[in-house]
Formats: sequence, structure tokens, C-alpha cells
Amino acid sequence: MKSLAARRAANLAVLTVSSLAALFGIVMLAWVLGDVIVRGAAAINWDFFTSLPAPPGMKGGGLANAIVGTLILTLTAALIAVPAGIMAGIYLSEFGRGALFAAAVRWLADILVSAPSIVVGVFVYLVLVRPMGNFSGLAGAVSLAILMLPVVIRTTEEMLSLVGRELREAALALGSSYPRMMFAVILRAARNGLVTGVMLAVARVAGETAPLLFTSLNSPYWMSGINEPMASLTVTLFNYAMSPYDDWHSLAWGAALLITVSVLTVTVFTRMVLGIRAGRRQANG
Amino acid sequence: MRGPAVFPARLRRGGRGGADLAFPALTMTFAAGVVVLFAAFILVLSCQAWPAIERFGLGFVVSGEWNPVTGRFGAMVPIVGTMLTTVVAMTVALPVSFGIALFLAEIAPAWLKGPVGAAIELLAAVPSIVYGMWGLFVIAPIMADRVEPWLGEHLGFLPLFSGPPMGVGILSAGLVLALMVIPFMAAVIRDVFMMTPRNMKEAAYGLGATTLEVVRDVMIPCGRKGIAGGVFLGLGRALGETMAVTFVIGNAHNLSWSLFAPGNTIASMLANEFTEAGDALYAASLIELGLILFMITFVILGAARLWLRVGMEQGGGR
Amino acid sequence: MEEQDIAVSVRNLSFFYGATQVLFDNSLDIRRNRVTAFIGPSGCGKSTHIRCYNRMFSLYKGQRATGEIIIDGANVLDPSTCELELRRRVGMIFQKPTPFPMSLFDNIAYGLRIQGIKNRSEIEARVERALRGAALWDEVRDALHKPGTALSGGQQQRLCIARAIAVEPELILMDEPCSALDPIATARVEELIEELKGRYTIVIVTHNMQQAARVSDYTAFMYMGRLVEFGATADIFTNPAKKETEDYITGRFG
Repeated sequence: MKSLAARRAANLAVLTVSSLAALFGIVMLAWVLGDVIVRGAAAINWDFFTSLPAPPGMKGGGLANAIVGTLILTLTAALIAVPAGIMAGIYLSEFGRGALFAAAVRWLADILVSAPSIVVGVFVYLVLVRPMGNFSGLAGAVSLAILMLPVVIRTTEEMLSLVGRELREAALALGSSYPRMMFAVILRAARNGLVTGVMLAVARVAGETAPLLFTSLNSPYWMSGINEPMASLTVTLFNYAMSPYDDWHSLAWGAALLITVSVLTVTVFTRMVLGIRAGRRQANG
Repeated sequence: MRGPAVFPARLRRGGRGGADLAFPALTMTFAAGVVVLFAAFILVLSCQAWPAIERFGLGFVVSGEWNPVTGRFGAMVPIVGTMLTTVVAMTVALPVSFGIALFLAEIAPAWLKGPVGAAIELLAAVPSIVYGMWGLFVIAPIMADRVEPWLGEHLGFLPLFSGPPMGVGILSAGLVLALMVIPFMAAVIRDVFMMTPRNMKEAAYGLGATTLEVVRDVMIPCGRKGIAGGVFLGLGRALGETMAVTFVIGNAHNLSWSLFAPGNTIASMLANEFTEAGDALYAASLIELGLILFMITFVILGAARLWLRVGMEQGGGR
Repeated sequence: MEEQDIAVSVRNLSFFYGATQVLFDNSLDIRRNRVTAFIGPSGCGKSTHIRCYNRMFSLYKGQRATGEIIIDGANVLDPSTCELELRRRVGMIFQKPTPFPMSLFDNIAYGLRIQGIKNRSEIEARVERALRGAALWDEVRDALHKPGTALSGGQQQRLCIARAIAVEPELILMDEPCSALDPIATARVEELIEELKGRYTIVIVTHNMQQAARVSDYTAFMYMGRLVEFGATADIFTNPAKKETEDYITGRFG
């Protein structure tokens, strides 16, 4: 017969190992963040935000064009993915209940959420860059939009289905048309959740590198249009970190800090202001 | 009940037809866009990879040769590299994620749960390139100077831990990958643990079960679909991840038993070679690699999603 | 009352959620092998009170109890009292049925197995005895390997009772065990309580006064965290000593 003492010992052992695993994980992760903050902060100064990259080997220089490039790429991607994703999400939540087609769309969207982002880059290279004959910011934005789309679709569906049936019936009972009821009432009722989901998706693609490598490529200059190669923080970071120059390494740490801080700020701010943990619910408060 | 659908099916024919009929059709078009996009992925990649598929056939996946000069290409090395890094990553990440989840759900005092839980969630949002770069500048030197020599000394009789310590290689890449997926998996598993009905836990504790017994016999079985969903998503991320790996994999077309040896994964090869592939057959071979990676994740995640249907609906994962 | 007739002796039990006190100096003696019912309006602290008997509150941060609860000579609230052993001896049934995610058989065998009983035939014998004791055996004898969740709500609740009695506790706590059940299932659980009471001490929390009147031998009326009145059920219902008790049982509030 297993004694009480043995059970307590087993329990204590597992809880200790678990706490140690947690400690290990947390220490490693704190280490990553700490390095990014310390080494990144050393690289950040006024020039970092306002100057163009300096040629290799030369002192100074900044990542102004890459910062603007990342903003343009991310915003353009959101402009493409958000409207399309919301429309598709409306279909899934309103008209697609029980339909096999909708189930298939849901399934494919869930798989696309985890599609390897580098393959998305290859795909956009083949359908946009090669036919158009040049790398372009537009192609980069399209890659990011493809990554955002399934997230927006599923968030929209989930948030819309949280809005009660009564609200829909009340709006329809007033004689509102279905689309009008959707846009004027239901989307508004679901606004906080939708914005949260969209912002988290934006934060996620803003840190993407792989899909940009073969689409927007990189550029040391200011962009003059969306149809030419465009610098981004992430691709610049990649190129600089892989280079043999110490100055560039330092700038890469600066870029890492800026990306991390931006992504985390958007994430924290969205969650705090809107107070909704999109896609997750918490039991036992 | 969530998920109300009050589209008035019977009213569609009467009354204000026009606009109300156009709207569902319009939204459906956008939904169909997902299917079209998916089909386009497979179609475009297959067509563009066709020269390589035609030339090498099935031999592509079993050949380890990759020579742009002679025009002979095989995918064995990056496929094995992808599998190995993923296995290393999951071997480390699974127990650590479970540990963190258990700690956050059951062990930590209340004042620690909130901040540590939030930190873990934030770390899941840190872009993978940051982990990759940190791996290159911080982990790789430590691996080369300390960890790998130590492993070689004590476990060197295993082929896995033999060979010169290079710092960059399969082992380092797997560890960085683990670091990247840990916060994500830990957050999902913790959420699943916290969703165990309070009643159920109290009933088990009420029978005199220890925390270990409650977790093992009630919390894990109750949440197994959600947990499996989170683990599969983590697995999918590890398989398809580019940036966390490319920095530290060492980029060598090399097949070795040693985890210390530099290698390649499908994603890292694409990242490094795709823009340099001038020759049509070279490019087609790389595209075929991309197609293979897409299909691997598609099969694993697609099957997992079908199997886990119920678990995912309960909100076990994202 | 004779000393050996007392199963639980509660002295000056107070309870706090953080800084908020919700129980105030509750003192009473629970008779062995009898049914004691706790009644009172929602939020009066009756569930909180009985959750002290098996120290269930210790799962949650910021909850603490003061005073004494003596079961079999040991003070339950004393930190040195072994929680695992205590909870084996004090079974608990919850508002909603809580079948574990395992087969019906394993549900009942669970409590035995965690105590280290490995002998297959002993486990089988005790599972059967528990199921018979819970008047469930005839209904499920051919379905022992189906998941516990496959049963109806009323059957699930009786399964939980079987699971509790399988480990042969001295005391069974029931926290509104019928509030999620339909009237027929409720009647069966009440019959079961009737059958069990010769062998077990049962403490039941209920918001249903008829139920308290039907099943219990003693009744405690609680109001705003205080134990207002405690005595034989017949006395409480026919001849309450306090005005609040009378108001409550005649339906003037709550």
C-alpha cells in the first residue's frame, strides 16, 4: 500500500521540478529581454530615428527609412486584410452556420494562421514580384496581408457570435436591412473585441521578417513609391546582424529593441485600453 | 448560446429581397477568397516547382545532394534538419511549458501569478527574429565555449553529442526555437488548466488527492484537447519558423549524426538561397522545398484541427 | 449529548475573505450518524461554513478560518492536521455533479487507487459495494466502462455519492446536492440520503426548506454569517425560538 508519505513526496518532487522549469523558462526569457534592452538602448540616439543608413564601415547612420518602411508595409497590409477579413468573418458568423462550405473556410483559415510565413513570401514572389519584374513594398504588404487575413476572419467571427441574438432581432424588427443592421449595430457592439483582435494581428505581422525577404527586399534609401523595394526594420535587422561590421551589429540591436518595444506596447496598450483578451477567456478569475 | 444566426431564411424570398440577397453573396465571395488563396498556394507552388518535380521525381526527398553547379538537387538535408531542430525544440519546450503552465495555474502565490503570467504572454508576442538574433550573439558563443564541450565530454559516446563544438548548428537552432515556442505553449496550456471547472478540482481535492494527482488525473484529462491543440500549434510554429533558426543553424549542406554540426532547415535554406537562385532548375528546387514545407504543416495542422474540432471550439487554443 | 455521539464539534468558527469577515463565531455540535441541514438565505455563509470542515477553502488565496473544528479529536483548522487524510475522511458532494473524465468504474475506484489500493478484486468489490450503497448498481452494472459523463444528471450525482462513500468517510458534506436536478432525480437522492444516514454522518446545505424538513434530523438556520438557531428539525420548523427563523421559514424573506 502506497503510504501517505510517498504520495506527498511524489507531489512535492513534481511541484519542485515544475517550479524549477518555470524558473528556468522565466530566467531565459528575462535574459533575452534584458540583452535586447541593454544592447539596444546603447544604439538608440537621435540619428537612429532621423538618418539614413551609413555605408558599411562608416560611423553613424540610422534606420529612419526602415522605420517608415515598416509603418507603411504594416498599414498597407491592414488596409487590405481588415476589410476583406471582416467581410469573410461576417459570412462565417451570420450565414455560414452549419454550412459545409463555411466549415471548410474555417478549417483552411485555421491552417493558414500557422502557414510557414517564408512560404507566403515565396508565393507572393511568384505571383507578384516575378510578373511585375521588381521587388516592391506592395508585394511585401500583400504578404503581410495574407498572414493577417485568417486572424482577422476568425476574430471577427468569434466577436460577432458573442453579440446576442436579441440585438439582431431588435434591429431587424425596426425594419433595418440586414447589412445595415450588421454595420450600424452589430459591428459596433463587437467593436472592442474587433479592434483588439486587429491590433494584435497588426502587432504580430509588424515583427515578421521571412515574408518580406523576397517581396519588399530592402533598400538603403527613402522610398518614393510603393512599387519599389522598401526597407523594413526586420529585414534591415537581419542583414545587419548577419554582416561582419560591429556598427551594423549595434544598429541591429537597436532595431531589435525598437521592434520589441513597439510590438509589446501595442499589445499591452490594446489589452489595457480595451480590456479584452481576444480569443481567450479566463475561468476562475 | 453563442453564435446566433437570425438570417431570416423564409423572408428571403418575400419583401425586400434585393439588398438582403446581395449582402450574403458579397460576404460569401470574401470567404471564398480564403479557399481560392489556399488553392492558389498549392497550384502556383506546384507549377513553379514542376521542372524540379519532373526532373528528380521522388528521388528529390531521398537525395542528399545539393549542387547548383552540376544542377543536381535533393531535399534530404533540409528535411532532416527541419525534423531534428523541431524534435530538439519540442523536447526542451514541452516539459518547460508544462512546468510554467502548472506553476502559473496551481503553484505560484497569487501575487506572482499575474505579473509572471502577463510576462509570459508578452514574450509570446516578441518577434521571432529577436530570438534568432539573440541566439546568434549570445547563445552561440556560450554553446561553443561551454555547453557543447561539456556535453561532448560527458555524453560524447553518443553520436548525437560528438564532433567539434561549433556553437552554431542543429542543437543551438533547436534551443532558440524552443525558447521561441515556450511562452506560446505555456500560455495556451495555462489557459486550459485554468478552465478546468472549479467543481471538478474541488471534487478531486475533496477525495484527498494531492496537487499532482489532481493535475494528472483531472486537469490534464479534462483539458487534453485544448492542450493537444496548443502543442500542435507550437509544433507547427517550430516546423515553419525561419528567423529564429536561420541565424544559428550554421547554413551548411551537411548531414551528420552530431547535433553540434551546422545544418539547414527548409525555411533557412529558402531565406538564404531563394534570391540567389538564378538558374531555373535551382529556383524550382527551392520552390519544391517550399511546397514540401507547406504540405508538411498543412497535413499536421489540418489533421490536428479536424481531430480537435471540439477542443478548439471550447477555446483551448487560438 | 454523549461525547461519542458527536461527529463534529465547531467552536467559534469565523471566516474571512481577505479582510471581509463572512462567518461570525459559529458554534455547534453535529450528531454522529444523523443528517444535519444548514438553511438560510443566499449568501448567509452556509456553504462557506461547511467548506471549513474539509478545509476546502485552503485552495484559495486570502481565505482563512479561525476557531476550532474538532473531528475525531483533531482540530481541522490546525495547520498540522494532514489535509489529504482529512479529506479522505470527510467526503464532499457538490451542487453540480462532477464526474471525472474517466470511466464510471474508474471514477469510483479513483479514491481507492490514490490511497494505494492496487488489489484488483478488492477494488472491484468496493466499487460494487459503493454503487449498491448509492442505489446505482442496478442501473449501471452493464455500463461500468462507459465514461461517467454518459449518465443522466441525477445518475451522475449518485455516482459522485458512490465515489465519496467508496473511501468510507466518516462524514459526508453535501453542498446543495439537488439544486441542479429535476424533481424525480431529487427524490431519488433524498431517498438515498435516508438510506445512508444510519451509517454516515451527513451535513447538507440546502436552499429548499421542504427538503431540509424531509431529510434532516437537525437543522441549523444561518443568517448574515451568524448561526441564528440550531436544534431538532421538528422544533425549528414547528416552533422556532427566534423571530428571524420564523420569518424565513414562513417565507417572509429570503
